[in-house]
Order: sequence, then structure tokens, then C-alpha cells
Amino acid sequence: MAIKSLKIRRNPLSSTDYQIDFLSKGIFEDGSFPSFEEKIKQNNLDYLSPKNLEILQLNLGYMCNQVCSHCHVDAGPDRKEMMSREILEKSIEILQQTSINTLDLTGGAPEMHPEFRWLVENASKEKIHDLIVRSNLTIIMANKRFYDLPDFFASNNVHVISSLPFYKKEKTDRQRGEGVFSKSIDALKMLNKVGYGKEGSSLKLDLVYNPSGAFLPASQEILENDYKEVLFSEFGIEFNNLFTITNLPISRFLEYLIASENYEHYMSTLVNSFNPSTLSNLMCTNTLSVSWDGNLFDCDFNQMLDLGVESKVKNIKDFDLKLLQNRKISVSQHCYGCTAGSGSSCQGTIT
Amino acid sequence: MKDAYYDPKDLKKFENISDWNPKLGKKFFDYYGSVFEKGSLSVKEKSLIALAVAHVVRCPYCIDAYTQEGLKLGVDKEEMMEAIHVGAAIQGGAALVHGVQMMNVHDKLSM
Repeated sequence: MAIKSLKIRRNPLSSTDYQIDFLSKGIFEDGSFPSFEEKIKQNNLDYLSPKNLEILQLNLGYMCNQVCSHCHVDAGPDRKEMMSREILEKSIEILQQTSINTLDLTGGAPEMHPEFRWLVENASKEKIHDLIVRSNLTIIMANKRFYDLPDFFASNNVHVISSLPFYKKEKTDRQRGEGVFSKSIDALKMLNKVGYGKEGSSLKLDLVYNPSGAFLPASQEILENDYKEVLFSEFGIEFNNLFTITNLPISRFLEYLIASENYEHYMSTLVNSFNPSTLSNLMCTNTLSVSWDGNLFDCDFNQMLDLGVESKVKNIKDFDLKLLQNRKISVSQHCYGCTAGSGSSCQGTIT
Repeated sequence: MKDAYYDPKDLKKFENISDWNPKLGKKFFDYYGSVFEKGSLSVKEKSLIALAVAHVVRCPYCIDAYTQEGLKLGVDKEEMMEAIHVGAAIQGGAALVHGVQMMNVHDKLSM
């Protein structure tokens, strides 16, 4: 379990160029496997292109109260990047001017952003269908100034999506840190108490599973049933849906794959599990990801690799939907993570 | 020929057995797929049975495959170990129960 970010440890993987270079070499260089770009060409697509823009995903900053071993953001308490008020205001303006129906707030721990509550209160007044906060749960228990977050979420009709890597303590704590499981359970109980995830309630609480190692997730349906059964019988916890997300081979998860000598095996599993039917539903086709400094990306993973949009418009300050829609989506070998098996996205499987 | 009888890469070529007899290969893989679908037993229970049997028949491919399957399904290491003890107990028992045959022969032939 890493205790500090790659950046602070000055690990070579904190360089995005180093990561992209690493992902292009080895099994993709010696001809064992086609690059992702070649793979989509084999499936009669010259490139991936955007469909209707439905989701604006804001990464409010990389500061987090946790340091998870698999984190693709390389987030942690030592990260200080924060989105400015100007960019937050611009984002609200874009919601007013477009038909984007979902605002998806992530981080780090988005709740740690000083303007978080201002943003949520203002965004909830807009005509969007879905205002998502990706909460790591433990933030609610981290400090008494966060204890009222469940009530705040409820009063702004926030859709809470929370990571809970497993329904048992051992696997959760191994991935996310000692004590995370019990704090997450307490936070889930608080969310349930104000109506989240309860039958008949409009307050939605979804959970996210991601594998605690170098393997793909099992069927979302099977895992959701197991989660529901165990969380309810052992803790009385209820939730709406479980999203299974595949770990993408970047950042700290890539560090783990290399250190545990699982990199080649994991990549070959991803490539061998390539499912062409995922291509039409990839999240990069209906999402725009915005980094703390306003730069635009096809998805959160491209953001972490600093693979900016291939467009004249590079930053939200110059937002122009027409120009942006007319772009090629940037891809690299990490994209195999979203096309393996049933596919993967921030909303779970995609087939 | 390779230096070793078993190569982990061969596991991914399992389906190639259909190349030389597509009809029987298809029948086998259809059957195999159906066996592991959720039925009266859950997918997880079936994967644990498979893991135990894999050890008893000493199939390294199957051990690899069903350990990975167990991880995907969220099976604990404790559950996996208990499952293979069940297999080992049956296999040990199967050897030992033949002790009765030994005892029968011994007693029949001894004065």
C-alpha cells in the first residue's frame, strides 16, 4: 500500500510521457498484440468519435483524504491542485447553454474543494437530470465539518456514487487503507438514514466495485446480488446499483502491476478480452472530462495521462461545442481497459 | 517441442481443440458454458467445486483458471483453501477406504 502519491515520491511513473511510452512498448512493440488504434481499425473504425455530449465530468482537484493503492488519479492529502472559481462558474454557464444532462463531480475527494457546496447548490438549480458526486465515503467521517454531507446531498438531490471495493473488510482495507471499511459502513448508514438507497426514495446511492488485484471484475449482476445480500444482512445497508469498473493500467495501478510482475499478464488479459460491442458505448463518446486547470479530455483516464482533446479548443475557457464534437478521441493502450469483457465506464459495464 | 509439458500460454488456446473437430468441440464448449451458468447452485459455488476438482485431477490450467475466476467473483482465500481441503479429503479418503480391501485380502490369506 503506497502511503504517498507517485508525484511526491518522484516515481518515474508520475511522468505522463513515461507512462504513455511504457504502454507503447513491450508486448505492443514486439508484435505480440496490436495497439488499441490498430485494434479498432481491425473492427472497421478509423477512429473513435464523439456522440451527443451528455456528461460533463469535473475533476475538482487531486486532494484526497485517502491514498488508495490502485488510484489512477495519484490522489492524496499531499496533492494541492484545485479548480478555480472561474472554471466552476464557466462550467455552470456551459450547463445553461448546452443540452448536457449530467454533471459528474469527482477528484480526489470533491467534497474537500472549498467551493464544493457553492458548486452543488448552483448546479442543482440547472436543468440537468443528474448531479453526481463521486464520494469516497470516508470523507463524511473524516472531520465533523463533513458530518452533515448526507443532509447536504439530500437537500440538493445529489446522486451519490461511492467506491466500496468489496463487501468485506480485508479486501477493502488492503486496497484503500486500514480502517476504511468500517468508516465506509458508518457513512453508508448515515446516507441510508436520510433516505439514500432506500426503496421508494428518489435519492440515489450507487456503489462502485473495482477488483483488488490484477484481474477483471466478475459479472456486475452477480456481484450486485452478493453486495446487496451481505450489506443488508450484516449491516442493514441498502443501495441502488453496483457499478463494476475495470482497473486501467495507469498511475498507481500501473505501478502495482509492474512491481508485482503482473503487467504483461494483465495487459494480455485485457487484449484477449476485447469486446467489439463495447465500442459504441464507450464513455469517451458522450463525456467531456475537465481537469482542475480547465483543460479538456475525452475521459478521466486520458486526463491522468495528460492526453488532451484533439481539438483547437483545449480549455473550458474557450468552450465551443461544435468544434469539440468534431474531434478524434485520443487513444492509447490503456483504452483496452474499457473494452474488456462487458466493458467499463464510470457508470459500470457498457454492454 | 517445448522444454516443458505445460505452458500457461496454452490455457488461452483451449478453444483451438475445436479446430480439428469443430462438431465435438462445439458440443463440449456449449455444454461447458451451460454447466457453469447459475442454476440451483450459484456461479460462486460452482467455481469452488471446479477449483477443488482441479486440484484433485491436478490440472494446472484449471487451477490457474479457477483461482482467477474465484478472485473475480470475490471468493476469499479462506474459502478457496477450504474447498481444496474438501477435494483433498475425498481424494485421501478414496485412497484410505481401499485399506478395507487390503484388510480383507490380508485376513483372507492369513492363518
